[in-house]
Amino acid sequence: MSKFKSKKDNSLPAVNTASLPDIVFMLLFFFMVVTVMREDTLMIENRLPNADQVEKLDKKYPISYIYAGKPSKGYEKFGDVARVQLNDKFADITEIQSFINAERTAIREELRDKLTVSLKVDREANMGIVGDIKLELRKASAFKINYTTATGDALSNFD
Amino acid sequence: MAKRSAPEVNAGSMADIAFLLLIFFLVTTTIPKDSGINRKLPPIEENDEDVNIKEKNIFTVLLNGKDQLLVEDELMEIKDLRSAAVKFLDNGGDGSCDYCKGARDPKSSDNPDKAIISLKNERETSYKAYISVQNELVAAYNQLRNRRALEIGPKRGFPDMDYIAMEKAYDDPKFTGNKDKLKAVITQIKEEIPQKLSEVK
Repeated sequence: MSKFKSKKDNSLPAVNTASLPDIVFMLLFFFMVVTVMREDTLMIENRLPNADQVEKLDKKYPISYIYAGKPSKGYEKFGDVARVQLNDKFADITEIQSFINAERTAIREELRDKLTVSLKVDREANMGIVGDIKLELRKASAFKINYTTATGDALSNFD
Repeated sequence: MAKRSAPEVNAGSMADIAFLLLIFFLVTTTIPKDSGINRKLPPIEENDEDVNIKEKNIFTVLLNGKDQLLVEDELMEIKDLRSAAVKFLDNGGDGSCDYCKGARDPKSSDNPDKAIISLKNERETSYKAYISVQNELVAAYNQLRNRRALEIGPKRGFPDMDYIAMEKAYDDPKFTGNKDKLKAVITQIKEEIPQKLSEVK
């Protein structure tokens, strides 16, 4: 019998949880920093199609978003054909020009030509509405567009 | 006056509060992942002049309202579109393109600079089919550009980099190589294999 043997060596010491708040705070700060709150509440279905030859949308330059798709649950009174959503509300195709002009005035002058319009169109929408949007954008001379997609195999769109 | 020490605040629930906040931010976080296919729309021109383009230099892609693909007046599956587009662009019919490896069929395109892909869709075409077709056409261009980049890259000091890697490196601030040289290579490839994709209304 050793005399160094402690009396209660068979009970495990409790894990020290004093640093738990620190760890949690660290995680908290990480998520606080990376969080981007959704700017727009979507009132349409917006499942983007897949594509794999994509380029990153450069955040250096201003981006405007145009959403299109079928009104989602709770908004059935707006019909079941694809509609355009600008900011937080449904819009008519003809409102796109004034929307683009409003976006333009909100950004610095030297960046105005760099404005990219990101088209977030639901995969089930048809090209009629996309063609109309494109025509309006041409009228508003916003020529840089980006068909925003999810990354994935393009052929899987039909599954 | 007796000096009373302030009672210590119990910090035991701090972790709970922090957890609560953490879960809130976890739920609301959407890591921005916006990426897509960049396109440039043509300006509206008043005077539509007819430009003379030889029929053989145009690769017509028609996507009808039932999402059926008609390429050069023949029905085609989307998965075959990429190789068909590569074959058309890479043809090099007039022999002026020394980097083309195609069949040099005189009935197909002259050279990549003259070759135009014309994409037509109908109003009833679904967006997903349209994006798939766009994706395959961009993929065809990228495939040729990648091949070209692997050919001329090593001579210009950028070995083992395809075109996509070059563009990525050019945008990367941490890239250590010579950016001017890289830019020159990228521009050369872009000029040799330009993306000429026109959409018909």
